[in-house]
Amino acid sequence: MAYSEKVIDHYNDPRNVGSFTKSDDQVGTGLVGAPECGDVMKLQIKVENEKIVDAKFKTFGCGSAIASSSLATEWVKGKTLDEALAIKNTEIVEELSLPPVKIHCSVLAEDAIKAAIQDYRKRQETSSESTASA
Amino acid sequence: MKFPIYLDYNATTPTDPRVVEAMMPYFTQTYGNAASRNHQFGWEAEQAVEKARDLLGETIGGGGREIVLTSGATESNNLAILGAADFYKEKGRHIITSPIEHKAVIDPCQALEQRGYDVTFLDVDDDGCISLEQLEKSIRPDTILVSLMAGNNEIGTLNPLEEIGKITRKHGVLFHTDATQAVGKIPLDVEQMNIDLLSFTAHKMYGPKGVGALYVRRKRPRVRLSPIMFGGGHERGMRSGTLNVPGIVGFAKALELCRDEMESEAERQTALRERLHQRLQAELDHIKLNGHPTQRLPNNLNVSFGYVEGESLIMGISDIAVSSGSACTSASLEPSYVLRALGVGDDLAHSSIRFGVGRFTTEEEIDYTADKMIFAVKRLRDMSPLYEMVQEGIDLSTVNWTPH
Repeated sequence: MAYSEKVIDHYNDPRNVGSFTKSDDQVGTGLVGAPECGDVMKLQIKVENEKIVDAKFKTFGCGSAIASSSLATEWVKGKTLDEALAIKNTEIVEELSLPPVKIHCSVLAEDAIKAAIQDYRKRQETSSESTASA
Repeated sequence: MKFPIYLDYNATTPTDPRVVEAMMPYFTQTYGNAASRNHQFGWEAEQAVEKARDLLGETIGGGGREIVLTSGATESNNLAILGAADFYKEKGRHIITSPIEHKAVIDPCQALEQRGYDVTFLDVDDDGCISLEQLEKSIRPDTILVSLMAGNNEIGTLNPLEEIGKITRKHGVLFHTDATQAVGKIPLDVEQMNIDLLSFTAHKMYGPKGVGALYVRRKRPRVRLSPIMFGGGHERGMRSGTLNVPGIVGFAKALELCRDEMESEAERQTALRERLHQRLQAELDHIKLNGHPTQRLPNNLNVSFGYVEGESLIMGISDIAVSSGSACTSASLEPSYVLRALGVGDDLAHSSIRFGVGRFTTEEEIDYTADKMIFAVKRLRDMSPLYEMVQEGIDLSTVNWTPH
């Protein structure tokens, strides 16, 4: 099956591969997918004042899954959390020209963004709670 | 070295130039219909077919009159299973096979289940081996056919045909083997192995696509089949249709070459396969050989590279043609049913690559492939969250995944 040029580009030169320390309060981590389904994405965001200042990913999956998560990290950087939550998988499909069988890769990337933001917000709640109780 | 490098010889093979040369006259000069009895064109075509038929039959230990020419192994398997099931339906309606057969065996068996037949799928162990004990215990008074392949197309594991043949003969049950991957690569003898029906095809042995054969035993016992294709009554009524004369000539030439070079080629290809496997093992952790370590086709290597997905791996070695057990490209997203039947976890099934070496594979190509594979696996592991978690000591089976 033929991949689009953009998928190949992200596969050959993935943006923002790596990891942040999970326990950092500024960091939110989203881990979505399952090994038995053939794709797992870990997407992390670093947040300052409700704004995503940096993002990293690691993905186990096909070329389209790698490209979708690589693109997701590019797109969330510089956005506020609410702006990042508004990113739709269909935009990823369009940007990467994903064929119908690869749409689930874009869905997973959208889920990864949402999971990372959710994780970040949960951490903020628990850390403010612990500060309050202290 | 010529790129891309072809390492998918279990899928198909290039037609050997010597085979093409043998076929050429039968397109433009000796183009008669082998069934035309009234003129020289027909006689010459028939003569060529009969000569080819003899070679095909004799090479596997039978005779030319026991060869039914078909369009390929899929048709041969269908004819063997559906044909025997129908002809012997008064005797019984039970068939024994295995879950790692090719779909061209499994699907006709399942079609028969729909028609009221009973099919037993034997268990296979981690290496893809059946148990002879279980086979013998599964035979019932109404069992008519045992269908077990010679060598597995995905994982290369060989079945003990001689031992299976002893059991089926003892119980008076027909033995069919899909020998698509094995003919021309390992010695086969229908007499010594008590094989009653044997499917094979030209394109896996450097012959043309679209031509195959079914060996049908004529004596001790005489095997009868109901046809699945009706028409002019060719092939003793078992398979109607004008014979593909150039294809048949090429098929025989291809088998002749494989037969003459079998011993040295098996040795050479096994060495190439082992060379690749050893390099990968030496330089990568978390890799797993699929299939039996020694009882396997000389040209097949199937390896799972843990924590790396197969399709992305293939993308990373784009100048090498291999195949993956990952079905990420298919709509079902199901990984290889063969690997699953072996108990290989879905994660490792998604990570498997099949390498098939062949007549034109060189040591240089194997070394290049090893280098490229090692580089690609390491690069993908650097971006694999699973590999990272394993390095951190996390047991992946304890993680709460979100299947989608």
